[in-house]
Amino acid sequence: MTDAAIALTPPRRRARDRGARLRLWGYGLLGIVVLGLVWELYKALGPEDGVVVGGARVLPRTTDLAMPHLWEMASRLAEPVTRADGARPLWLEIVLAAALTLGIAAAGWVVGVVIGIALALVMQRWRLAESAMLPWIVLSQTVPLIAFAPLVRSWGARIEIGAFEWQDWMSVAVIASYLAFFPVAVGALRGLQAPDAIHLELLRTYSVGWWATLRSVRLPAAVPYLLPALRLAAANAVVGAIVAEVSTGLQGGLGRLIIQYAGQASGDPAKAWAPIGGAIVLGLVAAGSVAILGLIFRNYRRAEATA
Amino acid sequence: MTHSTRRLATIGAIGLTAALALSACAADSGGTDGGGGSDELTQVKLQLQWLPQGQFAGYFAAQDQGYFEEAGLEVEIIPSGGDIVPQDALANGDVDYAIAWVPKVLGSIEAGANVTNIAQIFQRSGTLQVAWADSGIESVADFEGKKIGSWGFGNEWEIFAAMAEEGLDSTTVEIITQDFNMNAFLAGDIDAAQAMTYNEYAQVLETVNPETGELYTPDDLNVISYEDTVGAMLQDAIWADTERLESDEEYQETTVAFLKAVIKGWVYAAENPQEAADIVGAAGSGWGPSHELWMVNETNKLIWPAPNGIGYIDEAAFDATVEAALIAVNETGARLITEEPGDGVWTNEYIERALAELEEEGVDVRGESFEPIEVELREGGN
Repeated sequence: MTDAAIALTPPRRRARDRGARLRLWGYGLLGIVVLGLVWELYKALGPEDGVVVGGARVLPRTTDLAMPHLWEMASRLAEPVTRADGARPLWLEIVLAAALTLGIAAAGWVVGVVIGIALALVMQRWRLAESAMLPWIVLSQTVPLIAFAPLVRSWGARIEIGAFEWQDWMSVAVIASYLAFFPVAVGALRGLQAPDAIHLELLRTYSVGWWATLRSVRLPAAVPYLLPALRLAAANAVVGAIVAEVSTGLQGGLGRLIIQYAGQASGDPAKAWAPIGGAIVLGLVAAGSVAILGLIFRNYRRAEATA
Repeated sequence: MTHSTRRLATIGAIGLTAALALSACAADSGGTDGGGGSDELTQVKLQLQWLPQGQFAGYFAAQDQGYFEEAGLEVEIIPSGGDIVPQDALANGDVDYAIAWVPKVLGSIEAGANVTNIAQIFQRSGTLQVAWADSGIESVADFEGKKIGSWGFGNEWEIFAAMAEEGLDSTTVEIITQDFNMNAFLAGDIDAAQAMTYNEYAQVLETVNPETGELYTPDDLNVISYEDTVGAMLQDAIWADTERLESDEEYQETTVAFLKAVIKGWVYAAENPQEAADIVGAAGSGWGPSHELWMVNETNKLIWPAPNGIGYIDEAAFDATVEAALIAVNETGARLITEEPGDGVWTNEYIERALAELEEEGVDVRGESFEPIEVELREGGN
């Protein structure tokens, strides 16, 4: 049977879809294995002092201090964090910290998405708003977090409304949302402006209002633009949360563990890699969660556009 | 017309309710913040200059042992991350007191921060420059032409002040920025690395020497202590808001009560280093137990014995810090300060009251008989 014939047989096609998905997972796993192999191969074969070109080290040293073996990192994960009584195993500490960071990043993501979509709607509705706001939105991303983080914490510390008191994690979530809203605002605006003029003009001849046009034409058309924007926003929210944790010293999250264990990297090199690995997994989980949204909006998603 | 009036009325009502609710809260929080009531605890925020660790053992001990509460205070100890500058948080009014090194704050004061040193907890500088024993670097004068490690961010001024005294400036050495660990030193990228007695020096001593398979020992290292040079600067001090000290009587009283509790915390840490290390560990420090204990013990050495009483600001030492700060020029050509700070940068008024009251209560605030313990470091500080 030819490929074309298989494609024409519906039950078989479903099986083939499943096969394709399995293959995708397979490739993903293969990528991780290759990465691990490259690490170990370079460590085994690379020069001890790394590769230095013109005084700058372009490839790292291969000592155990700079590049611990993967199996050392793995076995370190199973050991307790410290010798202290009741110390958790390192992997559990990482998982708990990652869960906290994920929660904060998720809060930041939700806020960022709401603000981003609201901004896009305003900019789509009024051309003047677009001209006035878009440059500022772009400019907002050039403010370095190192300057922004202490300000947010300082402002937050003053907020106290009734029983509500600003918590430190909220400052971190605000910073995460600050990074997350940007791709959403830009992507959603592009998506809302995506419908063909001919469709919009048709609705206009029916004298359909802005809201109805938005619901029936603009929002569905925006989905292919919005999905990659949401995924970008998820990754940004995770990065923002971790950086803000480092910057404000918030206890309990991955960012804090990254600086804490970096201080112990001389005597315990494998330990310092654990929270970094945790951050990578966290980014994948966050971006992967957005893929579930893609399934929900499958009907609107003929093809994903690049934001 | 009626419709829009009604809407206007509704909005007005909502606004009024919100305003009332807000003002009610404001009145509420004013009451607790002032701490006027007899059994109400006064809320105090203390900003540290880094994550919880043995360096701050006295504050955590005061918290854990209930000394703050006895003094009528409810203290929130706020750790700092990479970008939080304690004296800025204090000057902004985010916190009531802050822990910071004197030279860094001198820079902030010249830039306009209105803060006052009320207690010089560390009487001695804990900064070292660590080189290998066979490096030939035995004093600051040997820095010339070498790769010298420094953390930057205001932690570097002792290096440049000590070098200036030897007639060296930053162009005669190669300054290499260090990160959180000693890997650059261990890998040979740095000839002499900056290290605190209570932290980075121990990091080297808890690392396995790949040549011997054993931990590095002090014999492997040359240690230059800035305390022995004119570059020495005063470090951890407690800073307060100058304006509130001058005008707010409640704050003055709180300051004395706070200092008394802090002193008791440090006395506890001196007498019970192991317990103090455990307290800091429970407060969220991530160091291994032997590193934590080392840190508490070395910190104690910077505080005790305190002949004038813990926290007393020695005018000569403060002036020496200012002088060292005036001659230091860093690798970017920047100066920390250009002129002597005015009066009101430090005061012994509150620490003297706190010390006198504690001595009356029979607390040993001088620690003349203080003896540090021996701490054995284990691999990775574990």
